[in-house]
Amino acid sequence: MKQPSRLGAWIAMVVGASYFLIPLLATFEFSLRMRRGEYSLDAYRVVFADPQFQATFGYSIVMALVTIVMGVLLVVPTAYWVHLRMPKLRPVVEFITLLPLVIPAIVIVFGYLRMYNSSSFIPLTGSERATDFLLMCSYVTLSLPYMYRSVDTGLRTIDIRTLTEAAEVLGASTPTILLKVIFPNIASAILSGAFLTFAVVIGEFTMASLLDRPAFGPYLQLIGANRAYEPSALAVIAFLLTWASMGLIQVFSRNTTSRKSS
Amino acid sequence: MAFLDISHLQKHFGTQTAVKDFSIAIEKGEFITFLGPSGCGKTTILRMLAGFESPSSGHIVFDGQDVTQVRTNQRNVGMVFQSYALFPNMTVAQNIGFGLKVANVPQNQIDARVQEMLALIKLDKLADRYPWQMSGGQQQRVALARALANQPKVLLLDEPLSALDAKIRISLREEIRSLQRALNITTVFVTHDQEEALSISDRIVVLNEGGVEQIGTPSEIYNFPRTRFVASFIGTLNQVNATVADVAAGIVTVGEQRLTSSQPLTGLQAGQRCLLALRPEAVSLGSPEAGKNNLQAVVDDVSFLGSIVRIRTKANDEVFSLDVFNDPNRPLPPRGSTVNLSFAPENLLVLP
Repeated sequence: MKQPSRLGAWIAMVVGASYFLIPLLATFEFSLRMRRGEYSLDAYRVVFADPQFQATFGYSIVMALVTIVMGVLLVVPTAYWVHLRMPKLRPVVEFITLLPLVIPAIVIVFGYLRMYNSSSFIPLTGSERATDFLLMCSYVTLSLPYMYRSVDTGLRTIDIRTLTEAAEVLGASTPTILLKVIFPNIASAILSGAFLTFAVVIGEFTMASLLDRPAFGPYLQLIGANRAYEPSALAVIAFLLTWASMGLIQVFSRNTTSRKSS
Repeated sequence: MAFLDISHLQKHFGTQTAVKDFSIAIEKGEFITFLGPSGCGKTTILRMLAGFESPSSGHIVFDGQDVTQVRTNQRNVGMVFQSYALFPNMTVAQNIGFGLKVANVPQNQIDARVQEMLALIKLDKLADRYPWQMSGGQQQRVALARALANQPKVLLLDEPLSALDAKIRISLREEIRSLQRALNITTVFVTHDQEEALSISDRIVVLNEGGVEQIGTPSEIYNFPRTRFVASFIGTLNQVNATVADVAAGIVTVGEQRLTSSQPLTGLQAGQRCLLALRPEAVSLGSPEAGKNNLQAVVDDVSFLGSIVRIRTKANDEVFSLDVFNDPNRPLPPRGSTVNLSFAPENLLVLP
């Protein structure tokens, strides 16, 4: 029997890929043009040498790591508890975790400013550290849909109830069960959520800008408004970071899948 | 007082009653099986013993201590699950040593105990394997070792053989029984497989719709079922409608034919309809025998089952099946022929 032609599928794929790749390649090509008449990595050299880049990038990395830790500590026990004891509440919790996708970041941050301004009952914007804490909380909120989805998917792949009961009957307490049984068995799902959170936090602009914190997102905007070649270099760097995160998700999920299917 | 004492245990889920007033006293080292169809309450009772479910009323006492309100992780019971429930992130050795580690036992003692348990289940060489690298039978043996490593007071087995293929099931069944005997550990086993229950248990509790139908040794349950449910649930049984003729003499009638039972006709009156229960292997084919019940029947079907031949006959529209050993030198009765069925009065049970 004649095989159906795959030409159409190939054309669709090439058109789709071009839509994404051509602007990216153009940006990359432009970022190499800083030196007249020849390609060079000067724009990257300038960016990496800029103390503001180092400071804002470092700040965002630290914020991303803290956000990941807080997100994991908040989401894993919640999702575990919902799966184990309150499965009927799962749609409600899923809806709540999806709200940050529906409510624009600007609305959330104005809410924060109204609730936690320096003359409010909880004046979190009154000091730098407290504002950092508020920013971290806002990042946890923003990344909630990704972290919750990843953890929820991970929890669905294991028989939580039986594993919990097996550990309980062997004398384990709930914290021990979470730490020794649940966390390790959904490690790849947590890592997926962590990489997505990292990608979200590293380039986030609205929250950091309106809370006036020295994050990488506002720096990207600032450079973009004032320089020619460096913004392209920064855009490529940001893309590479995001892709590295996605690649790592693939690596970890593939390892888990191959282990489970063997 | 018994080692494991369960008294007046009840469990309600909303308006539904899962377990009705369940009581049993189990001695140290006894192997008890809860047997019944799906939804009969056997697993619910086991889960209450483990502490996963709280009883609506009643008490559970382990070795003189009332554990009804004690949390699962404080009860010191071992449990083996149908789905093995090994921790996928841990090796065989780590799985077996998990309970000891949780109990803060020194590492050298954990290692020694793990080695001992591995030797017991004959998997010494697989200590560093992960569960996904092992067969179902091996995983269940590891689960058994893990359950026994903490030296629990009671071992609970929740259909541990159901997920395994037939051959492994039989060998593991024998292994569980010999380990249980060697360790003299009080064991409660839940199954819906009557053959498993009959082959492995000291006593069987037959459950139906949350209540106990009968408690007895495998022989008592098989040979002398006390209710219609037990009679129909355990093994193949001829169930024939009859009428009580004489309670004192144990005489019943099937159509015009009179049969005698030496079992007491408890709760029955003359003229009352009743159910006769008779195992196929208790019936023999041949000339009428003195001192036995003799019944004239017509051969309806002959099924060759290998070493056994099952012959289905009809007497007064009631079906009587009998099993005879296959003998190539002995011709089987043809369909439609009239034969004489003989069986001893003590093998004929009369149920209300």
